[in-house]
Amino acid sequence: MSQIPENVRYSKDHEWVSVEGDTATIGITDYAQSSLGDVVYIDFPRVGDKVAAHEAFGSVESVKAVSEIFTPIAGEVTEVNEGLNDTPESVNSDPYAEGWMVKIKMDNPGEADGLLSAVEYEEFLSANV
Amino acid sequence: MSKTNLKKTPLNHVHRELGGKMVDFGGWDMPVQYPAGVIEEHLATRTRAGLFDVSHMGEIFVEGTDAIRFVNRLTTNDVSKLENGQAHYSVFTNKQGGAVDDLLVYRIGPGKLLLVVNAGTTDKDWEWIQSHVDEDEDVTIRNASDEYCQIAIQGPAAQSILQTMTETDLSQIKYYWFTFGEVAGVDAIISRTGYTGEDGFEVYAASEHAEALWRQMTEAGADHGILPCGLAARNTLRLEAGMSLYGHELSDDITPLEANLGWITKFDQEEFIGREALSDLKAAGLKRKLVGFEMREPGIARDGFEVEVDGKQAGYVTSGSPAPFLKKNIGLAFVPPEFAKLGQELKINIRGKLVSAMVVPTPFYKRERSI
Repeated sequence: MSQIPENVRYSKDHEWVSVEGDTATIGITDYAQSSLGDVVYIDFPRVGDKVAAHEAFGSVESVKAVSEIFTPIAGEVTEVNEGLNDTPESVNSDPYAEGWMVKIKMDNPGEADGLLSAVEYEEFLSANV
Repeated sequence: MSKTNLKKTPLNHVHRELGGKMVDFGGWDMPVQYPAGVIEEHLATRTRAGLFDVSHMGEIFVEGTDAIRFVNRLTTNDVSKLENGQAHYSVFTNKQGGAVDDLLVYRIGPGKLLLVVNAGTTDKDWEWIQSHVDEDEDVTIRNASDEYCQIAIQGPAAQSILQTMTETDLSQIKYYWFTFGEVAGVDAIISRTGYTGEDGFEVYAASEHAEALWRQMTEAGADHGILPCGLAARNTLRLEAGMSLYGHELSDDITPLEANLGWITKFDQEEFIGREALSDLKAAGLKRKLVGFEMREPGIARDGFEVEVDGKQAGYVTSGSPAPFLKKNIGLAFVPPEFAKLGQELKINIRGKLVSAMVVPTPFYKRERSI
């Protein structure tokens, strides 16, 4: 079974969002990393990029496949997890902590409230996959 | 979501028990990877041993006094050069020289050959072979694909592991030779062949023995760190070894000459289907050539991506992937011959971004050979 921690929000594109003040930290869920398999490369957006909600702003590549990363939240990219350039496998082993991908300064700090809760994401997973 | 119409090998339930992630592969329900993951599986095969269920491959027997002549007429390699107990790699070509499939030809005796063909093309191959039997030829063909399992044990520890399960002296089997013997008390064909670039064996036996063979190999290999390997690792291993995958480097529209398989296209033999077209192509010069490349900038080339040289479209990627052992991003591509020289820069169009790659020698990976 996939890990679905309760302290973050989820998108239907299998990203998670953790909010602190007006900054959102975004990564891919345990379900997403497990579907992709061994992650070897992440194509990040640039710091300073403006992104609209649900826009593809990067990609994560496993040995077998490539998947776009969508931002569930609009805002400006303030930081990317460059550590993943050396240890992309952290996305597999620790998707909700070490494997975080991007930090965004949110245009609308309330936007994350509209995303799925852990319970809702779990229901979404069992209904759709 | 289980698709009930998919074909299953006799090891299907074992893959599920092992936690294999099952996918539809050419109509077969096969494990793409196990919980260890493609990278671990790949590295296990390069450094220790990997176990592969390849029972989905097709087995076709050709018997009769004209068996050798018949298979020679259908394939590019020269079957008359094979000795009893020897095998070779070959291609069925159509009249235009395109590849119907690639295969292994085993010479069991002067009147008995075994053809091992790809899973997804077994039915097509069977029809192709059937349609070419002449009435006045002494040839009997039999599609035995459902009767046989095939398990590949590959890697530097493969021989040590398999030797504990058989009285046959494996050290006496040379590369691309085979013998009949007992493995774990089961009658088998033991073949020193594989699709990984490592030393190893492919073991053919009656389907009902598949599970016993698999479990004993797993047990015998435990101390050597053997891992079951899925299709994803099978693909990255063969790509590092520069081997062709039908549907990618070879197809009905791709000739073996273009795919660097001139070494198994023997013109100094009797007529074979497609020989004239291939001979003409060779004389006229190839319009495209298969090359190996490695990425010089971050980015992973994938199958079907376009290749550009000097701002112009110049071919496409047939197979592209990270190479887990080499820790590089590599691929194979068709390009015009003028861009096929070593060191040539290619640009790979990765989702709209042109990323630099360089033509390098193949195979990308070559093991140290003791056999």
